[in-house]
Amino acid sequence: MASIPSFRVSPVRVRRRSLWQRGLRAVGRWRLLSFGVLLILLYLAVALIGPEVAPYEPNATHPQSTLEAPSSGFLLGTDKFGRDIYSRVLYATRLDLSIAFSVAVSAFLVGSIIGALSGYYGGIVDDVVMRVVDVLLAFPAFILAMALTGILGDTVPNVVMAISVAYVPYFIRLTRGEMLRVRTLQYADAAVGVGNPRWRVVLVHLLPNALTPAFIQLTLVLGWAILDAAGLAFLGLGITPPTAEWGVMVAEGAQRIITGEWWTWLFPGLAIVIIAFGFSIVGDGLRDLLAREER
Amino acid sequence: MPEPLLQVRSLRLEIKDQDESRPVLLDVNFDVLPHEVMGLVGESGSGKTMTALAIMGLLPPAARATEGRIVLGGEDLLTLTAAGMRQVRGSKIAMIFQNPRSALNPLMRAGDQVARALQLHQALPRREARQAAVELLRHVGISDAEARARAYPHQLSGGMAQRVLVAVMLACRPILLIADEPTTGLDVTIQAQIFDLIKEVQAEVGASLLLITHDLGVVSEVCDRVAVMYAGQIMEQAPVLDLFQRPSHPYTERLLGSILRVDKVADLDTSKAIAFTGIDYASVGCRFANRCPYVLDACWVRRPEPKWLTDDHVVFCHLRNEATS
Repeated sequence: MASIPSFRVSPVRVRRRSLWQRGLRAVGRWRLLSFGVLLILLYLAVALIGPEVAPYEPNATHPQSTLEAPSSGFLLGTDKFGRDIYSRVLYATRLDLSIAFSVAVSAFLVGSIIGALSGYYGGIVDDVVMRVVDVLLAFPAFILAMALTGILGDTVPNVVMAISVAYVPYFIRLTRGEMLRVRTLQYADAAVGVGNPRWRVVLVHLLPNALTPAFIQLTLVLGWAILDAAGLAFLGLGITPPTAEWGVMVAEGAQRIITGEWWTWLFPGLAIVIIAFGFSIVGDGLRDLLAREER
Repeated sequence: MPEPLLQVRSLRLEIKDQDESRPVLLDVNFDVLPHEVMGLVGESGSGKTMTALAIMGLLPPAARATEGRIVLGGEDLLTLTAAGMRQVRGSKIAMIFQNPRSALNPLMRAGDQVARALQLHQALPRREARQAAVELLRHVGISDAEARARAYPHQLSGGMAQRVLVAVMLACRPILLIADEPTTGLDVTIQAQIFDLIKEVQAEVGASLLLITHDLGVVSEVCDRVAVMYAGQIMEQAPVLDLFQRPSHPYTERLLGSILRVDKVADLDTSKAIAFTGIDYASVGCRFANRCPYVLDACWVRRPEPKWLTDDHVVFCHLRNEATS
């Protein structure tokens, strides 16, 4: 082959610090974010091994010891049927986290793909999509999820679907907005110019570059989905007793607030609050982190 | 003259702006011959890039070619369907863009972007494409090609990014290369290297090169023939030497006069210069009329007929038509 003048430079090392080292530095710099990640990891661990370490079956009743205060026998007390609240909270972690992840991931996938295509192609399709999104956003997500659960019926997959639909519009909006920016960049044309089909350009080349806001939204929606699922259950929609689920447990415990058996509602409530807090500080932390990197 | 590879015939391009549509390209005609380097020069906004995008079929949504033909290998590109155009892009025409670093996908490794072009156009399986990509990167003069292939675009310098783009183009093996200001933003020594590289690659794949630039120095170095554009019209078209020796259009004359030289005291005659007042898209005459120092009455009412000074030097100017008739 013909000789072509070349750079003479010393070989470069593309990667300088290992991922592990960079991770450690990041923990030091982003304490709150790291704390949130720690909370989430803790919950994930519980979701994974909770049923193994729980002392009782979630629905095993102990008629001799109903509404017992926390003790060494029942760490977090028992409810009116004598079910161990500690075991039930542990079991519920797996269910609640699966709901949260299913909701967030499916809303993210569906929403960002629709948003990307809509933003890239524009025109009438975009107009129609955006008007539908406007209509859906006019309802508070929770109200929409309530209505959809009411229509679909009380099963776990239906709850997931209802809450996902309520959050899809957020992802559509965010990804579409980014897509409008990204599609004007030169590599969008360059990718078409090389002979890639348009759909490939949109989904393989441009979408990954337009995902940052949707990705942040994903972590926030994880927290909101837990609140929504529990909220629906509290109102008697979606997940119903006797399933061990935090919202269901809070609903049952709520009847005991006046009579003073505080452990029935406090512990499942705390389980919800802590993880919702964890997801939301991770979401905020990521927003700061990624916004900083964008610059 | 040999059969032209690309023929652009009476191309008219309109851009919709609110309700009115403006003809940003008007009656653009030129040929690109096999194996030659054709230059397209003009100032910003003269329609050079729009012409290139029209050939590539990458016009922005607001722009539309309303008249004319762009014929490549007997096929009118303007009549092709989206799928047909995709067959042409990359495999027949490839383009190098203005700003090399923004023409690379920031989330894909340089090597993968070259490999992707190989997969598309030479039907190589993925693994072989990767190896071939490293080979190509080395071929375009990137030292330590294995490491660079794994680098992301932000880790490359501008010159190196442009080399990666040349490698992408080389992977396509097109018959027509379009280079749109390929060296803006690169410093002068790198510019020279990139031009050498582009010409080298062009000779290697046996393609023609359509070079878009505002830099007449580059034109004199690289091009065989050149077309001068102003405000979406071609003003003059000639072999490079002819154009520099015998600029026959007032605009070309002034464009050449604007080159600063160290060895000659600047003799810019600003007395006849007329300030740029914008382009009158509705004008039926010559679009340069409002800046032309020699403007005639005829210039305002109709576009000049082409005047062939030799069989490959053509100028569109009433001044030349008058002088000889």
